[in-house]
Amino acid sequence: MTKMMYRDAVLSTIMEEMARDPDVVVLGEDVVGGMGTAGGPEAIGGIWSTSTGLYDRFGPTRVIDTPISESAIIGAAAGLALSGKRPVAELMFADFIGVCLDQLWNQIAKFRYMFGGKTRCPAVIRMAYGAGFNAAAQHSQSVHQILTGMPGLKVVMPATPADVKGLLRTAIRDDDPVIFLEHKALYATSGEVPDDPDFMIPFGHARLTRAGGDVTIVSTGLLLGMCEAAADRLAAEGIGCDVIDLRTTSPLDEEAILDSVEVTGRLIVVDEAPPRCGLAADLRALVAEKAFSSLKAPPLQVTPPHTPIPFARELESAYLPSIDKIEDAVRRVLAWR
Amino acid sequence: MQLSREALLNAYRAMKTIREFEERLHVEIQTGEIAGFTHLYCGQEAVAVGVCAHLGTQDRIVSTHRGHGHCLAKGCDVEGMMKEIWGSREGLCKGKGGSMHIADADKGMLGANGIVGAGAPIAVGAALASRADGPGPDGLNVAIAFSGDGACNQGTTFEAMNLAVVTQAPCIFVFENNHYSEHTGFSYAVGTAQDIASRAQAFGMKAWRADGTDFFAVHDTMREVLAHVRAGGGPVAVEFDTERFFGHFEGDPQRYRGPGELDRIRAERDCLKRFRAAVTAAGLLDHAEIDTLDTEVLDAIEAAVAAARAAARPTAEDVLADVYISY
Ligand SMILES: Cc1ncc(C[n+]2csc(CCOP(=O)(O)OP(=O)(O)O)c2C)c(N)n1
Ligand SMILES: [Mg+2]
Repeated sequence: MTKMMYRDAVLSTIMEEMARDPDVVVLGEDVVGGMGTAGGPEAIGGIWSTSTGLYDRFGPTRVIDTPISESAIIGAAAGLALSGKRPVAELMFADFIGVCLDQLWNQIAKFRYMFGGKTRCPAVIRMAYGAGFNAAAQHSQSVHQILTGMPGLKVVMPATPADVKGLLRTAIRDDDPVIFLEHKALYATSGEVPDDPDFMIPFGHARLTRAGGDVTIVSTGLLLGMCEAAADRLAAEGIGCDVIDLRTTSPLDEEAILDSVEVTGRLIVVDEAPPRCGLAADLRALVAEKAFSSLKAPPLQVTPPHTPIPFARELESAYLPSIDKIEDAVRRVLAWR
Repeated sequence: MQLSREALLNAYRAMKTIREFEERLHVEIQTGEIAGFTHLYCGQEAVAVGVCAHLGTQDRIVSTHRGHGHCLAKGCDVEGMMKEIWGSREGLCKGKGGSMHIADADKGMLGANGIVGAGAPIAVGAALASRADGPGPDGLNVAIAFSGDGACNQGTTFEAMNLAVVTQAPCIFVFENNHYSEHTGFSYAVGTAQDIASRAQAFGMKAWRADGTDFFAVHDTMREVLAHVRAGGGPVAVEFDTERFFGHFEGDPQRYRGPGELDRIRAERDCLKRFRAAVTAAGLLDHAEIDTLDTEVLDAIEAAVAAARAAARPTAEDVLADVYISY
C-alpha cells in the first residue's frame, strides 16, 4: 500500500497504463500546459495536476494538447478509439459536456450497438465535476444524472484514491466508452492505494462503507464522506446506518442496494445533482418496485433544489446537501408512522 | 485624435476605473474574502473602453470569463459589480452569478460567460434583433461579441461568424488577442499564420487589426468599424493585440511566461501609461488633471469595496428566488 492523493492516483494510473500499453493516448486542453510559450511544454502540467510529466515521458503523439475545442476533443477521442487506440480524453470541467454533447451522446455512446456489435469504442472521458468552490452555475455541476441516462456509456464516480486507481485502470482496459468523474473537492484528499500493478475494481460492484442495519444511505463521490460522517454521528445515539458507495452509476449494483434495504426497510439517496429525473429518483423507483414489501418508510432523497448552482458562499452551502440534512432525513425515515 | 477634452477625460476615467478595480481585487482575493474564480482584465482596458466609447445603451455586448472590463466600460455600476463579486444579495446578480456571470441587460450588457465560445452566437442573436428592429437615426444598433484568442478556436465561434455573414447581422466580433489561452500560447493553439483577423475574413467579412494597448488605435479603428456596420455593411471582425498583466485566474503561477515578460509588458505595453504620455505630449490634458482623476477613481473603488463589505448577505431562502419553477 502507498499513501497518495486522489489526483496522484489519477496521474499514476494513467502513467502506468501508458507505460504498459502503447495504444493509450491522452488528449485535452492544457494537459501539457505551456505549449507555444516561453516556459515551454509542461510549464504547467494540466490545471488539476493529473497529467504532469506525461508529455515529457511519452511525447507529442501520445500526449496531445488541444486548443479550446471540446467537440473536436471528444470527437477525436471517438476516432482514435475506433482506430485501435485507447484515448483518455480530459474535459477540464464536467460542465463543458454542454459543448460536445453530440460526440458523447450520438457518437461515442452508440457505436457498438448501432454498428451491430462490430466496433468497439474504448474511450475514457475524464472530467472534474462538483460544487463547493463557489465556482457558480457553469463550473460546479454534477453531470452523472445526464450521462447515466444515456445507453452505451459506463459512468464511474470514485470516492477514494484506491477506487480511483482500481476503477481508472478498469476504465482504460475496458473496451467500451467510460465516463470517469473526478470530484474537484476530492483531488487533494489522501488514502492508501494498493501497489499491485494490475489492481482493478470491476464496474457495478458497490462498496458497503458502514454497516448499521436501521437505514440504508446510498451515495457517490464527495457526498459519501458526508454520509459516513452523518452515520458516525447517529451511531453514537444507537442509530445504525448502512452506507453504500455505488462507485459506478452505470452499471448499477442493484443487488447491494436491495440487499441492504431488505434489512433496513429505509432508503435515503444522497446526490449532488438536481432532484428531478436523476440518480436519487431512479434508485427510489428501484426499491419501490423490487423491495416494496420490505419498506417501512418512503424512500427519501437528499439533493440540491431544482435550481442552477448559485455563487455566493451562503447560497452554495444552503444549496448543497450537508451532514445535517442527511441526519435530518435519517430521523425522518425512522420517525415514519 | 479628434476627441473632445471631455471624451478624453471620460476615456481615461473608464480605463483607470477598470485598472484600479482589478488591482484592488488582486489584493483582496489574497485575503480569502472573495470566493470563486476571478479572471482579471488588467492590461486590456483600452480595448473595452475604446470599443464601448462608441456604443449606446441600445447596442449590446456579450462578454467572457474575463468580463469585468467589458461590464465597466458598458456602464455597469461599480458598486453593484463589487457587491456581486463579494457575493452580496445587493450585487448586480444578487450574489447568484459572481465574477464570471455579471450581467446588466438594461445597460446592454448581456453577460459575462463561463463557457469559452458561448458568447459569439448570443451576440449574433442580439444583432439579428437589431436587424429586425431596423435602423434608427444613427443607423443600426450593433451587437459586439468579445472573445479571446482561445475562444476563436471553438466551433461555436466559427458557426456564429458564418451565421452572421449569411444573415448580414450587424455583429462585430472583437477578438482580444492577449497571446494566451490559459497556459497555452497563441502560436500553438491558433493554426492560421499568427492572426485571427484573416480567419474571420475567410468567412466573408471585413476584418481589421490594431494595437489593443493603444487607446487611440482602438478608438479610431472602431469608428471606422461602426460606421460600416451601422450603415448596414454586415458583420465584421476586429483583432486587437493586447496583454494580460495578471495570471489566467487569480492564483496562476504563470510559469509559462518568459523571464522579465511581465515587467516588460507593464513598462512598454501599458495602455494607461501610453494614453497619459500621448495626451500630455500633445498638450490635450495635463498631468495634474490626470492625477486628479486618479485620486477620484481610487476613492470610488475604495468606496465600492467598503460598500461591498457592508452589503447584505444572501440567505438560504434566496436560493429559491428567480427560478422558473421549483419543487
Ligand atoms: C468551453 C470551455 N472550455 C474551457 C474552459 C476553461 N477555460 C476558461 S478560460 C480559458 C482560456 C480562454 O482563453 P482566451 O479565449 O484567449 O481568453 P483569455 O483568458 O485570454 O481572456 C479556458 C481554457 C471554459 N471555461 N469553457
Ligand atoms: Mg487569450
